[in-house]
Amino acid sequence: MESFKKIYNFYFDGFKNMVVGKTLWKIIVIKLLLILVILNYFVYDKSLKTQYKTEQEKSDFVYKNLIRSN
Amino acid sequence: MEEHLVDWSRAQFALTVMYHWIFVPLTLGLGFIVAIMETIYLKTGSQLWKKTTKFWMTLFAINFAIGVATGIIMEFEFGTNWANYSWFVGDIFGAPLAIEGVLAFFMESTFFAVMYFGWEKVGKKFHLLSTWLVAIGSNLSALWILVANGWMQNPIGMTFNPDTVRNEMVDFWSIILSPIATSKFLHTISSGFVMGSLFVVGVSAWYLLKNRDVAFAKNSILVGASFGLIVSLFLAFNGDESGHQVAVKQPMKLAAMEGLYEGKTEAGLVAAGILNPNKTATNDESEFLVKVEIPYALSILSYRDPKAFVPGIKDLVYGNEEYKIMSVKEKMQKGKIALASLEAYKEAKKEKNEQKALQARQTLEENMQYFGYGHLKNVEDVIPPVATTFYAFHIMVSLGGWFVALFALLLFFSIKKDIQKYKLLLLSALWSIPLGYIAGEAGWVVAEVGRQPWAIQDLMLVGTATTHIATTNVIISFWLFALLFTLLLIAEIKIMLKQIKIGPEGEH
Repeated sequence: MESFKKIYNFYFDGFKNMVVGKTLWKIIVIKLLLILVILNYFVYDKSLKTQYKTEQEKSDFVYKNLIRSN
Repeated sequence: MEEHLVDWSRAQFALTVMYHWIFVPLTLGLGFIVAIMETIYLKTGSQLWKKTTKFWMTLFAINFAIGVATGIIMEFEFGTNWANYSWFVGDIFGAPLAIEGVLAFFMESTFFAVMYFGWEKVGKKFHLLSTWLVAIGSNLSALWILVANGWMQNPIGMTFNPDTVRNEMVDFWSIILSPIATSKFLHTISSGFVMGSLFVVGVSAWYLLKNRDVAFAKNSILVGASFGLIVSLFLAFNGDESGHQVAVKQPMKLAAMEGLYEGKTEAGLVAAGILNPNKTATNDESEFLVKVEIPYALSILSYRDPKAFVPGIKDLVYGNEEYKIMSVKEKMQKGKIALASLEAYKEAKKEKNEQKALQARQTLEENMQYFGYGHLKNVEDVIPPVATTFYAFHIMVSLGGWFVALFALLLFFSIKKDIQKYKLLLLSALWSIPLGYIAGEAGWVVAEVGRQPWAIQDLMLVGTATTHIATTNVIISFWLFALLFTLLLIAEIKIMLKQIKIGPEGEH
């Protein structure tokens, strides 16, 4: 328990005393939001993962593309 | 496949990678420089070295924070824009990336916290260990993605499974230890070390030009120039090995790097030159308008023999019986056999005809190494953009030479003279920061443009690898990524400049 408290305080004090780090964290959060949420949901609505459920369907899809490109 | 879509997908990936590569090299190099500085602090106990370490550590954190997750976009794109490719490469690409995520990422993030929050809270030796582990962890992250890239340049250690239409890893160590992967890893991280060194000497030179924080700046130049000289010499040495590997595994890339259309023995290396823009593989115009050549050097670089024959673009496209070089036409025929065998295998499996399936599989395996050639339309399509590859290669090499000279001069004047008096040298150091980025990007242009049209060398064309999605989606996401990355870059530059102006005495 004592160890967990020490680790908690270590991070708590670290984050509390950050100077440049606060700005950097804001940038990281905004960036991740843009990358993972906006682009994922608004730009790409289809991919091999979402379009096909089984491994067989995915394999057939790629196979057809390989043969079609011939 | 619509050419417009392929080009936009290509452009989008190039944009993502090139922006990503603005952030990565500084992380790779500055991490080790900070660790060296902290080691000196621990040895000497000097508060100046502590301040020096903390200052560069802050700049390292800014770059790390802005750059972190820009690589995730690439992994995102593999699934969306390059779905055929992602499926086809199977676990060969997935395994190294997963190892990267689990091992290196956790290593970096755990010790990163100790490095920044632990100055007065953990022992000095443990803190130093954390700093070294962050530097090593960053470079290990690079290892896995570069192994995956090395496999794309030289696909080995796998077998193609026609049932799943995937390549399956059969020899993990041959993939990790492939000569292309190892030389690529060493060349790439050492270019990052050079970038880190250029950054340190450049920023320190600015302090000396401004006549402020002089002792700190001189210390920093001493470390930056010493480290820079060692790693830039290693980079040149390793570049020679990379060139040799390219000659053996990707001779077309080497021919493009040198603008070599007609193969020759005792081939000279073009030190500088201007390509003839009208030259193509189908005409007999001269290759260069003007050039300066180092005799025998290309033969030595390529095959470690001054008399060796180095094939040109024409030899590689149309074949050369004397040197037993197979023509692309012949490879295309074998590629088409491979594709037809895959089709025949699938049909036989559907009909439950095991005998026929076995025969088709054998034919497929015999011709699998030419699989991608089956998708080519014209023999000349295997020629990469020669001018882009040639100029990028020569820019990279010339700048590499300049960096060796710069570090040597900085080190000499740091030790023997009062470096602050040599304004021109300091200005050169400052203006070499952007040159480091240009050299790094040029290196990637050589590696990637030089291997076009292949996504996986000889196995899959970029056009085949691309997902059939709406071109509009790719165009929209291209501009969104461009905007996002530009904003990140502006943010990084602004925060960096602010912190540099505050200097080592300020709060971090």
